[in-house]
This record gives sequence, C-alpha cells and structure tokens, in this order.
Amino acid sequence: MNQAKTFKLSGLEAIEITDQSNFVNIGERTNVTGSAKFLKLIKEDKFDEALDVALDQVRGGAQVIDVNMDEGMIDSEAAMVKFLNLMASEPEIARIPVMVDSSKWEVIEAGLKCLQGKGIVNSISMKSGEEEFIRQAKLVKRYGAAVVVMAFDEQGQADTYERRISICRRAYDILVDEVKFPPEDIIFDPNIFPVATGIEEHRNYAVDFFRAAQWIRQNLAHAHVSGGVSNVSFSFRGNQKVREAMHAAFLYHAVKAGMDMGIVNPAMLEVYDAVEKDLLERVEDVLLNRRDDATERLLEYAETVKGSARKKEVDDAWRKGTVEERITHALVKGVIDFIDLDTEEAYQKYEKPLDVIEGPLMAGMNVVGDLFGAGKMFLPQVVKSARVMKKSVAYLTPYLEEEKRRTGGADKPAAKILMATVKGDVHDIGKNIVGVVLACNNYDVVDLGVMVPSEKIIEAAKREKVDMIGLSGLITPSLEEMVHMAKEMQREKMVMPLLIGGATTSRIHTAVKIDPAYDGPVVHVLDASRSVPVASEFINPKTFGNIKTRFKDEYAKLRTDYHLRKEEKNYISLAAARKNQVSINWPEASIVRPAFLGTKAFLNFPLNEIRDYIDWTPFFQTWMLAGRYPGILTDAVVGSEAKKLFDDAQEMLDQIIREKSLQANGIVGFYPASGTATDDVNLSKKEGEPPFATFHFLRQQNKKAQGLPNFCLSDFIAPETSGRQDYIGMFAVTAGIGIETLIAKFKANHDDYSEIMVKALADRLAEAFAECLHAMVRKELWGYAADEKLANSELIAEKYQGIRPAPGYPACPDHTEKGILFDILDVENTVGIKLTESYAMYPASSVSGFYFANSDAKYFGLGKIEKDQVEEYANRKGMSVEEMEKWLSPNLAYDN
Amino acid sequence: MKIEEILKERILVLDGAMGTMIQQHVLTEEDFRGERFKDHPYPLKGNNDLLSITRPDIIKDIHGQYFEAGADIAETNTFSGTAIAQADYHLEDIIYELNFQSAKIAKEVADEFTRREPHKPRFVAGAMGPTNKTASLSPDVNNPGYRAITFDQLVAAFKEQAKALIDGGVDMLLLETIIDTLNAKAALFAIQTLFEETGNRIPIMVSGTITDASGRTLSGQTTEAFLISVSHVPLLSIGLNCAMGASMLRPYLQVLSEKAPFFISAYPNAGLPNEFGQYDESAEQMGAQVEEFLKEGLVNIVGGCCGTTAEHIKVIARLAARYAPRKVESQLSTVDSR
Repeated sequence: MNQAKTFKLSGLEAIEITDQSNFVNIGERTNVTGSAKFLKLIKEDKFDEALDVALDQVRGGAQVIDVNMDEGMIDSEAAMVKFLNLMASEPEIARIPVMVDSSKWEVIEAGLKCLQGKGIVNSISMKSGEEEFIRQAKLVKRYGAAVVVMAFDEQGQADTYERRISICRRAYDILVDEVKFPPEDIIFDPNIFPVATGIEEHRNYAVDFFRAAQWIRQNLAHAHVSGGVSNVSFSFRGNQKVREAMHAAFLYHAVKAGMDMGIVNPAMLEVYDAVEKDLLERVEDVLLNRRDDATERLLEYAETVKGSARKKEVDDAWRKGTVEERITHALVKGVIDFIDLDTEEAYQKYEKPLDVIEGPLMAGMNVVGDLFGAGKMFLPQVVKSARVMKKSVAYLTPYLEEEKRRTGGADKPAAKILMATVKGDVHDIGKNIVGVVLACNNYDVVDLGVMVPSEKIIEAAKREKVDMIGLSGLITPSLEEMVHMAKEMQREKMVMPLLIGGATTSRIHTAVKIDPAYDGPVVHVLDASRSVPVASEFINPKTFGNIKTRFKDEYAKLRTDYHLRKEEKNYISLAAARKNQVSINWPEASIVRPAFLGTKAFLNFPLNEIRDYIDWTPFFQTWMLAGRYPGILTDAVVGSEAKKLFDDAQEMLDQIIREKSLQANGIVGFYPASGTATDDVNLSKKEGEPPFATFHFLRQQNKKAQGLPNFCLSDFIAPETSGRQDYIGMFAVTAGIGIETLIAKFKANHDDYSEIMVKALADRLAEAFAECLHAMVRKELWGYAADEKLANSELIAEKYQGIRPAPGYPACPDHTEKGILFDILDVENTVGIKLTESYAMYPASSVSGFYFANSDAKYFGLGKIEKDQVEEYANRKGMSVEEMEKWLSPNLAYDN
Repeated sequence: MKIEEILKERILVLDGAMGTMIQQHVLTEEDFRGERFKDHPYPLKGNNDLLSITRPDIIKDIHGQYFEAGADIAETNTFSGTAIAQADYHLEDIIYELNFQSAKIAKEVADEFTRREPHKPRFVAGAMGPTNKTASLSPDVNNPGYRAITFDQLVAAFKEQAKALIDGGVDMLLLETIIDTLNAKAALFAIQTLFEETGNRIPIMVSGTITDASGRTLSGQTTEAFLISVSHVPLLSIGLNCAMGASMLRPYLQVLSEKAPFFISAYPNAGLPNEFGQYDESAEQMGAQVEEFLKEGLVNIVGGCCGTTAEHIKVIARLAARYAPRKVESQLSTVDSR
C-alpha cells in the first residue's frame, strides 16, 4: 500500500485522521431516529434544548457530530437547515465537523449548503443504480464533503463477505476512477447486522463484517470503514448488560480489523477488558461464530442476568424421535431453534429438497392443519408454525435452485394465490393472517401489500400466473373498489376465482354487488380458517365447476331474497325524519365552554399511560380467539392459548414502551358550533364569528316505533335558533408512528407472528389512546365532566357522558367528512397521519372522530337512507349525487 | 508559458489596491454616472467597479501603473461585481457587462505589456469579492438561526460574475477577502458548475482574510480549517489578504505553507488603518515585512491590498525577484479535468 493520505475534516477547527489516530467517535444523539429525546425536542420546536444535546456530544468527546432529521412527522429538510444554522452559531459545537445523515438526498443537499467546514455525507449507495450514485458523488465532491458509502447495490444490502467486498470494490472504483473522488474521503459502511438472532444465515454476520473491514483496509487504498455498532446486539434489546458487552467486544474486533470510525453511544459501551470473562467468552463465541450452540449459550446467560426472568423448563425428550417426528413436533409447537438442523438431516435422508417439502414438512403441516381445523390449535400457534415452515423452506431453497439447475426441469409448482389490500386501504392484519394460513397449507402466496390499484393486481396476476386472487379491505370505500376490481377482471376476460375478505365485507354485499360484476367465481371468505377448504376446491379441476356453481347459485338466491326483503322495508321522507328528530330542551341544557378553543397537540404521548386504557377483547378477536377479556384467559377451550398470546403481547408491549419503538401522537380541537335546519354543524373560530367550516351529517330514515327519534348527530348540537352557544370537538390519534421499522425487522426474520402481533397491539394502543384522550377531554380539556371517576371496564362499557363517533363508522358513515376534520386539525402535519384516496388513515393504527358533549348524545347506526336525502346531502357538500352514492353505497336503501 | 510553470521558477507579483489608486483621482458623482447612468435614480458615487464602464480610462491607467511597477498579475476592477453587492446601487442588471468590460480592459493592458516584454508575460485575475452578506453568520444577534443570504443565491450570483469574467478574457479567477468560508464554497461550487457546463476551465486562486489576532476568519475558522474546507477544489493558489499588515500575517502563512498542496499567495494591507481610516505604511516599511516571509520561502505570489499603491508594488516586485519561490511538495493538477 502506498503512503496513507491524511483524511482531513473541518468545522471551525481542523481534524486530521491518520493511521495513528484513535478510533473516531461520531456523536449520535442528535439523530431523531436514534434518540427519542432529541426527536421530541425537534418536534416540539425546542431547538435551543436540542442544541444542548449537540453540546453534550461535543463535551462528551465526539469528534464528528451526526445530525439526522429523518422522521415522517418532521419537515426533515427544514429541520436540518434550521439546526445546522443554529449549530453554526455556537462556536463550541461548530468546532467539530458535521455528518449530514439522511436517507433522502434532498435533505443531505440542503444540509451541505449550510456547512462552511468539510463535513461527511451519510450516506450514498448504488441502491438506485450507478447513474444516481455517480451524480450524488459528484455533487458531494463539489460541496466539499467526505462520504459514507453503504454496501448496498441494486440487488439490496450486502449481507455476506463476498457481497460486501464486491460492492465496496465496485463503488470504490467508480468513485476513484470515474468521479475522481479523493480515496481518503471515502468511508465504507459494510453493514453491521444483528447476530444471535437464531437464524442460521445470521451466524456469520459479525465475522463477515470484520473480514470485510479488513479487506477494505487492505485493498481499497486510503478508504475508511465505519458503521453503527448498536445494531449488532439488536436481538438482546432490553438486556443492557449483554448489549454493552457485545458492543465492547464487537468494537474491539472491528477496530483490530480496520474499522476506524463509527457511531457508538458511549452510554451503551462497556470497556472490553471489564467485561466479565464468562460473558465475554459467550459473546465472542457468537461474534466470531466459534461454536454451533453459541447463540443458545449467550441466551442462557442473558436469561440469568435478566434477573427476574424465570428458569425455563427445557423438555428435550422430543429431540430423541425420528427426523420426521421432530419436524412435526417443531411445526406443531412452533419451535424454531432446531429446524435448520432437522431440515438438513431430512435433506440428507430424502436426497431431494422437494421430497423434504412434500414429505415430512407437508406431513407436519397437515397435522397443524388438522388440529387447526378441529379447533385444537389456534391462530397464534399456526402463525408460529408457519414461521418454522418458512424457515425450513428458506433453508432448502439453495438446494432447490441447485436441483433446478441440474435437472433443468420445472417441477410442478404449488397453487398460487395473489393477495392484496385494495387501493385506498391500508389495513392488512387479516390479509396477512389468511396469507399465513394458506402458506401453511402449501399455497404459494404472492402478497402485493396494501393500497394496491386494480391494474397492478391484474398485471401481477397475469405475470405470476396465479390460480386465484384474494382481496382484502377494512373500510367501506374498499367495497366499491372490490366491485371495480371484479368489473376489471371481467373486462380482462379472466376466469380465476376472486376471494373477498376483510372486516367490512359481507356475504350479502359480495352476493349483491360483487358477484354479478364477474362471471368467474366470487366467494366471500368469512375468516382465515375458511380460506383453505375454499381454495383447495378451486384448485382441484375435478371440483372447480362444482364449487363455482354452488356459490353462483347461492349468491343468486341471496340477491333475490335481498331485493324481496327490501321491498318490505319502510322508509320515511327526509322531511318527515327531520320532524322526528331528537328533541333536546336547549334553553335548559347544560352547555360547558371548553377550557380552550382551537387545537392542542399531544406528541409522543407516554405509552405507559395509554396502556391502562386498552380494551383487550378485540385483540383476541383479531387472533380469532372468541371470548371476552379477562374471562377468555381462563376459558376451558382457548384459555391456555389466550394466556400465552396475552403474555407474548405483554412482553412485546413492555419492549415497545421501553424502547419507545412506537410513538403515539394525537391532537384535539374545540370550536364554537351551531346546528342548522339541514343537519349540518357550522364551526367558527370564536363565539360570534362567522363559520369557517361545516360538518355534514346524515339522518336515519327508517320508520321508527312510536317515541323513537330519527337520529342525526347534528341533533346533539344546539341550533342557532335556540339562542344558545354550543361547541363541538374533534380529534385524531395514532399509535403507529415507527411501526414500519418494526415490521421490516420482523419481515426480515420471516416472523409473521410478531408482525401481526405488533400491528394488533398498535391498533389497540390507538383505540386506547382515543379512549384516554376522551377521558382527558371530559375531565379537563373540555372539562364538562370534571369530577368523573370510572374504572376501565366502565369506560369500555361507555358509561360516560358524551360520545366520540368516527367518520366512516355507523353514526356518520361518510368517510369524506374525515377530510374536513383533517384540514381543521391539520392532522397530517401535526400528528403525522395521512389520508389515502379512500380516506383510510395511514398509519393504519389511527383513530379520528368528533366529540359531542351533550348528555343526550348517544351512539346509533344510520342504517339505510333514501335518495331524497342523498341528493340533498350531495348538494350540501357540493359533490355530485353520483359521487355521493359511491361513498355511501353500503347505506343506500335503493339500487343505484 | 503556463502560469503553473512560471510559478515554479519565480515568485509572481500581484498588483496593489484599486481603491487607493482611484482615490488619487478626485471623482464626482458625474464621473461615476457618465452618460450611461445619467438618469439612474440612485446615487452611484463610490461604486468603484462601475468606473470600468463609465471611466475605463482611469482603470486602464491604474492597471498600466501596476504592470509598470513590476506586477505580473492584475486584478480586474470587480471586487463588488456580484448582483448581491451591486444591489446597494440598484445595478443588478448590469452584472454581465460590468464584469465583461472590466476583464476586457484589464486584458487589453496586460496583452500590451506582454507584447512589449515577452519574457515577462502579464496575467489578469478576475477578482471576486465576498459580497456583503454571509451565509454562515446571522446579521441578527437575537436570531442566530437567521441567514440574510442562502447558498443557492450565492451560487447564482457568483456564477453570473464568473461567466462574464471568463467571457471577458481573464486568465484565472481570484476569490478574495474571504470572510465566510461558506460564501467561498458557494463561489467554488458556482465556478465548478460553470466549468462543467462550458467545458472551459481556468485556474482558481483563493484568498482568505484573518480578521483579528485570534487568527480566525470572520466566520470563526482557523487557517487550517479554512484550508481543508476549500481543498476539494484543485486550486492554483491559496493565501491570505487584507485585514492586517504583513508581519501579522506571517504565522498563518506558515500554517498554509506547511499544509497546503497549492501555491501560496499573500497580499497584505499597508499596515493597519490610522484613526482617519488611512493606511500610512510606506512602501519601504511594508517591503521590509514582506521580505521576512520571502526569506522564509513561505510564498509563491505576493502583492498588496488596502492602502497599497504602485510605489508599494515596485518595492515588493524588486524584493520578490531576489528570493526563490516556495516549493510545492505535492502540487495537484491546478485545472480540474474531472
């Protein structure tokens, strides 16, 4: 190697990094993705305090300061510029060079425009191809910064030694030869991944990193090696002692291998020599992949230092059975630890990978399927089984590919099912569960994810040559999208079965609206357990015609019944319904002015407080366990599985709260309001001011028994004619901020169970947050029930004054009103919830709605409405009748 | 012969102050306006750069005096030639013409001298001042995050100026009196972008200003940090000018000389201004100080800034001829062919 070129950086002062320099420590606390505290300060616009965080870093010995503003809730670019400009005005901070850290190039570029010194860009990569890589590298050079290059290319992140070095070599050659980037200004980040995950492919991650680091230092002249160290111990989240030891040992070996800078949280770093000898040995066994049971041994140790952790009863007896028995046991019990070992053994025995899948694995899954069908296994267990199955298949995949290469022959593929949550909808727990159950039954599931437009579904169905399509949706507009999808399939002259599922779907809707649109088979699948028998009948050519006719006939009959029954239903005119509205004695009514007018945001609300408000019953419903909480935990049939599920949920919730990996944001707003004669509610900013916004509500039109009113939400707000000043409130909350990261990690581990779990928990947290906020509203924020004292069970039973109906739900089923609510509260910018074109909220774990404080306010279902109201309502909203009918389709009492 | 080659052989002399020489003429508002700006609604007196258009005779004469005194390089009369600086006079619209004309007349004079003395070719450096706004400092003490100018605005302004200077025929560009390195980085960004667009590249000189005895730029950087911050561009030279007299510049020139892979330039003021704002260091007094760093072999280019006249340059040129230039250890290609 030629003489080392000095790596120079500058803030107000210069820093030179040579081979003699110590490890360069990059301060990482001014990173919203890594520091909850910093994130909170930035979100709350407390930049002065955020500067203190930076100052602490400098005083704590950081030689470079990493600034990252990548968070959905923040205008990252503006925050980056503002913070860097402020840092520039603090000489003690500005002394050291800045690392501009973002996954968004615009943010990086905006940051570079604020640096008078020579900083570092973190990071660029060949992820989007060479051309973009070169363009960015040229600009980095022109701005006068050094650069971190991630070992990432068009194929993805490098996770082996070979991929790491080949990507780094390629990037280096492009940078040095083509871009003429100074080689000493290049820093490679060859990806530090978690080890001791229990996944075979991860065993060598640390070793591969060390080797890659060494290779880079020896072969790519003058380049540097960096990385985010805390990643390595990700499996031991919550176990500080083990993590610190892992960081220390990792750093020790990485620095020896040539890593010369890195992002390290000094608070999470033990001194290498101070690590207890036994622990160090176990940690190094893992890092250096020195023995097969390294992970188990470290886990064992971790259990002991957890303190409270109970001693696990290990029953190894099943390990003595035949390989087939062991595989079945692992699948039924969801034991993942030995599956690679057993799969290998089965492969040795059966010689052909496909024979392993079709032999012992299918046999095992058949047992699972039988038990599930017989109600002896429950969904959470099946999901765990699927995980074992997936892992085993993943283990066999290289063999399968090798086999394919050798024989050149295509084997008979498994039946393929395409699954998608339709356009405009973001909910996918149910779809994922169905996907898992189908996969367990040897279906090849092609999952297109959420918000998938029809043309993409059809294109994928053709390309992948799938055998059937499964559509999912939770909100009512998704029903229309499914009809659209059926029409599109008809237009494309497709014949494959279309399966319909999701909370908002129904047999009757499928029969009346979807089935007539498509000549192929259409089936409403009530829940995951029904998906397998239906799919298997469609897959078998002998039964295909039979089942198709059966469903077509069934739905035709349902349609006839539906139309007949409807004739009998009685509806009254809108005018008559209005005459029969809720009568409230307004002059006497108690109206409390909210404690404030306008909005108030609650960002990063403590999850601990929210937790107490969780209603657990729907959680068990998500997992298809029937029964009410807490009784379900001791239920004779599902009790023990419910208990296990509940324990797992508590554990994950603990971890989420501890690591702040989910964030809850909410906002409430209160405004002076008055009802109108046409069921609208006008809002003004202050009492006596003209209205600035209007909510539109719908009125029940079914003929009521004597003494029962035709409800409309506007009845609960004092009309202008009453002479009383009334108020309305509204809110939007989410507990889903940060969930993508968690999901991505679970997905990477083929861990469907945890993925579904975290989504189910986030949903529960969002609902609980709404409940919690409502209590705060009643007691203080609005304050109309300041002395209320209710237990959680009473809250769930809604034993309080006032309601919080949500747009899109029974009392006010028009989703488009959500748009008005979101505008008033500026929800997207303040809370971070977006609306899709179907007015679904994203993140999915979100709730929004109105607050009505009146003591007579109650929940009701709108039911069906007649054309006179739809026409008037469309007119009030300034929308066409046709469009209105599309949105209100499930509520129309007539055929449109 | 290319300037890079000449610089290896001898110390080149840069001219002295433009403003000080202009002050020797008694000029009125009418002189600055000329026919061309007779009806301009704002006062123009003091806008020295404008004289390149309205009194080119004076500017040409000054260039001639400096070349006569022994200068190898003349700076164009464009210190305030950006739209940002000219905004004070509401003359943002004439930036191209102003710089083009300034370059053109300086080049005419230089060419004439080169013809006369082919052994001593004369060069023209397009002078680019720092503008009167700073990108990394807030003008409002109560609002430290505020910036009166953005990087992008600076890039646009410097690009406009550089293009006109190059079109007008300058041999190199000189970013001078840098008080905020971020402004300089914007100028370098603009120049690099321009080079890429036109395919035409000329050498770049960079000269910073140490504002006080702390040894830092106004924006707070040490000399070494300043050097590192602009080293991503292959410069012809880096150096210091203005602010302080020659003797006070020496320690910082030592830093540059030790660390920089480029030629080193220095063109100090004629001492510090007196209580009337005038520089009264004589040519001989200044020369004695400059000789110190010539002896030490710290520089490759030497000249004068505020308060210096043709007299000062004559003394400096005579001294420079006696000493060997600083040796550049690892000279990079000065024109980025990348």
